[in-house]
Amino acid sequence: MSDDIQLDGQCPKGPLDQRWTQHKYNLRIVSPANRKHYRVIVVGTGLAGASAAASLAEMGYQVKTFCYQDSPRRAHSIAAQGGINAAKNYHNDGDSVWRLFYDMIKGGDFRARESNVFRLAELSTSIIDQAVAQGVPFAREYSGYLANRSFGGAQVSRTFYARGQTGQQLLLGAYQAMSRQIAEGHITHFSRTEMQDLIMIDGQAKGIIARDLLTGELTSHLADCVLLCTGGYGNAYYLSTNAKGCNTSAIWRAHKHGALFANPSFTQIHPTCIPQHGELQSKLTLMSESLRNDGRIWAPKNPADCGRDPREIREQDRDYFLERMYPAFGNLVPRDIASRAVKHICDEGRGVGHEINGQKLGVYLDFADAIKEQGSAAINEKYGNLFDMYQRITAEDPTQVPMRIYPAVHYTMGGLWVDYNLMTTIDGLFAGGEANFSDHGANRLGASALMQGLADGYFILPATVSDYLARQKPLADDDYPEVAKAMGQVTDRLRLLLNAPEPKHTPDYFHRQLGQILWDNCGMARNAGALKNALGDIKTLRQQFWRELKVTGSDKQLNQTLERAGRVADFMELAELMCLDALQREESCGCHARVEHLTPNGEVQRRDIDFSYVSAWRYSGNVSEPILVKEPLHFDFVSPGIRNYQ
Amino acid sequence: MNFILHIWRQTNPQETGEFVRYQLDVAEDSSFLEMLDALNEHLIETGEQPVAFDHDCREGICGSCSLVINGEPHGRHKATTSCQQYMRDYRDHNELWIEPWRAAAFPVIKDLVVDRSAFDRIIQAGDYIPVRTGAAPEANTQPVAKQVADKAFDAATCIGCGACVAVCPNASATLFIAAKVSHLSSLPQGQLDKKRPAKMLARMEAEGFGSCSNYRECERVCPKQIRTDTISKMNKLLYQG
Repeated sequence: MSDDIQLDGQCPKGPLDQRWTQHKYNLRIVSPANRKHYRVIVVGTGLAGASAAASLAEMGYQVKTFCYQDSPRRAHSIAAQGGINAAKNYHNDGDSVWRLFYDMIKGGDFRARESNVFRLAELSTSIIDQAVAQGVPFAREYSGYLANRSFGGAQVSRTFYARGQTGQQLLLGAYQAMSRQIAEGHITHFSRTEMQDLIMIDGQAKGIIARDLLTGELTSHLADCVLLCTGGYGNAYYLSTNAKGCNTSAIWRAHKHGALFANPSFTQIHPTCIPQHGELQSKLTLMSESLRNDGRIWAPKNPADCGRDPREIREQDRDYFLERMYPAFGNLVPRDIASRAVKHICDEGRGVGHEINGQKLGVYLDFADAIKEQGSAAINEKYGNLFDMYQRITAEDPTQVPMRIYPAVHYTMGGLWVDYNLMTTIDGLFAGGEANFSDHGANRLGASALMQGLADGYFILPATVSDYLARQKPLADDDYPEVAKAMGQVTDRLRLLLNAPEPKHTPDYFHRQLGQILWDNCGMARNAGALKNALGDIKTLRQQFWRELKVTGSDKQLNQTLERAGRVADFMELAELMCLDALQREESCGCHARVEHLTPNGEVQRRDIDFSYVSAWRYSGNVSEPILVKEPLHFDFVSPGIRNYQ
Repeated sequence: MNFILHIWRQTNPQETGEFVRYQLDVAEDSSFLEMLDALNEHLIETGEQPVAFDHDCREGICGSCSLVINGEPHGRHKATTSCQQYMRDYRDHNELWIEPWRAAAFPVIKDLVVDRSAFDRIIQAGDYIPVRTGAAPEANTQPVAKQVADKAFDAATCIGCGACVAVCPNASATLFIAAKVSHLSSLPQGQLDKKRPAKMLARMEAEGFGSCSNYRECERVCPKQIRTDTISKMNKLLYQG
């Protein structure tokens, strides 16, 4: 199932710190007078989509934007809590673009491109300038200058933040920039509208079929290029920290039209989430990573203590396992390492809290020592809003009883394969933000998702999309047979979803089962046997889905069950690709821990000679038999070392 | 826990809706929306149409969810959204009345879903700082006093859910507008546009929202605890402008 053709990321050559500057100079531009003749479609209005749409519209292109929410302001970027990195070196603590670049390359366990990651580090500073000018109320010091904190194990203070709502404030900045362009007539926006398929004309992406979620009406929209900024696919696991509507449908449709899907199994599992409380739970909630700065993570040494009130468990009967296993970094080890350790403890039968499927899934995150040392006022000042949130959800006060946490799916590093210009393998189809695979390798460093979404949207896509358009003639408004064909396929698919032969179960019923298969077999620890079983289970479940899916109501009205069914159908196919990818990658790296490839201490062990490449999968016409195309990774400026946090 | 639910059902904007009675057994750790999920699964399995409601992040930040529970926008627990209400908060109830936001400018689309696009149009009327991508100076060129930045942030936390409109006897969007004006106009970057309050209030009126007559119900139900002092600030700017 492997393809000998090697992918070329079109990365520029030459000194790393000159590449983007030189590349921009080589890119073509469209003259201001001609820009109004070009049309651009942007699907998704999160950080990447909203910032790209606003920037392209400011330049003078005609932009159409689409989101499934009732307003572009509600895209899931809004939920990001922690912050955004930028190599401003405001703390004079030795930070630089080079250091941020190195931290990201290392954090991603040497599975990302040097050129892309360097560009991201380089653009990080302009993002902060832009956001401040838009009125984003970042935290400030008493001096009036911008405040920074250290985050996610970084050794410098480079994270800018707006209390625990950095994503919200950055998104509102981009949303307002977009609103201005809507008012000026450069953007036509469609809310409550979901992309159903891509329109391909002569091998190029030239538009989309969209469904008005209120009336069910299908419409076609043509353009000179299409940008997918539709976020990640963590909801394949059913339970995740993603919003309920987050889905893979747009990028999966594109994949089936020929866009390669890169590193689909690279999923970030965040260690500090509130544990599941019941079988009918609909989503998981993240507790900011910053809690690990003061909280100590522990589990009872003795499984017999797991049901007891934690306050009654004596100090010597507690196992502060991260401090024990990783004395140098302690509770601040990177996300993937902390998550695996927590899972390991619970698998040993030392978990605490609610029992789910016969296993207690949770460990304690304890603030008692921090409160003793710093006083409850100081701790509340730092984490008060998070404590309130925790108490709201669990009805327990974390200043009195230790918090319970468990890892949860949070972010997907994989996504559509893109070259240095963020163009997919489909001519004219671009992908930005979490929807692409570009910058985070096998593990994303904290506070770099917001940075990537905005770098793509404000600075990279405007330049590379212009270059693409400069080489196109504006698409004539003709009757293209491809439009009617795409429309027909969408209609057929909706009909299938509504008319399963033996309707019995809701879309959520299937989604929960799919999530369980993925979580058990393609989650924090993976092995060949389990992955092979999962592949079989997914196929069986998919057949059952198309046979027994039950959707009530029609497709000519607001029908949230039908929307969900369409998204679950795509997750059913993507899940198989995720498992195939995890199975094929016979090494461990970053978040991808194959139990066959761990060090004797249980750490991930890369196999650079055999696996220093990006796995990009081509759809072959059969979901179960995709073709692997490799993009080799070259490291000219850093040498891949062992990610040691002990 | 066993509940009798009276849920507003309405097939489309044209028809008149009505309360429909359901009975449901639910775990007390369930969130309010998980309770509706469970009801919907049951309805679908029995061949009925599920209850439509808006929701997305389910962690209180996206502003999608919008339920009036027993007469209170976002339910009885203060300073949170509908998605962060838990069934244990209703331990002492056995009957729940669940309905959509009610306001002329927020027409009901279906069941508990309303059209809040008027809020987007208000923002489009001038609630932004017009800076081009790439035109920004170095961020630390202009210091902003911490108190000013903190105050701007307090106002900026608005999630645009519309509870303030839903609770207001005049169905006014004044708090929504004042929050944004207060956020942008207190920062030096946002002080150039003196007409911002006037433009937005004009748009509010055109969209069919009422005016403010100081009931101050809005700050009582705001899930982000935005205060009516933002309205005072906006009024001051309005007269200056």
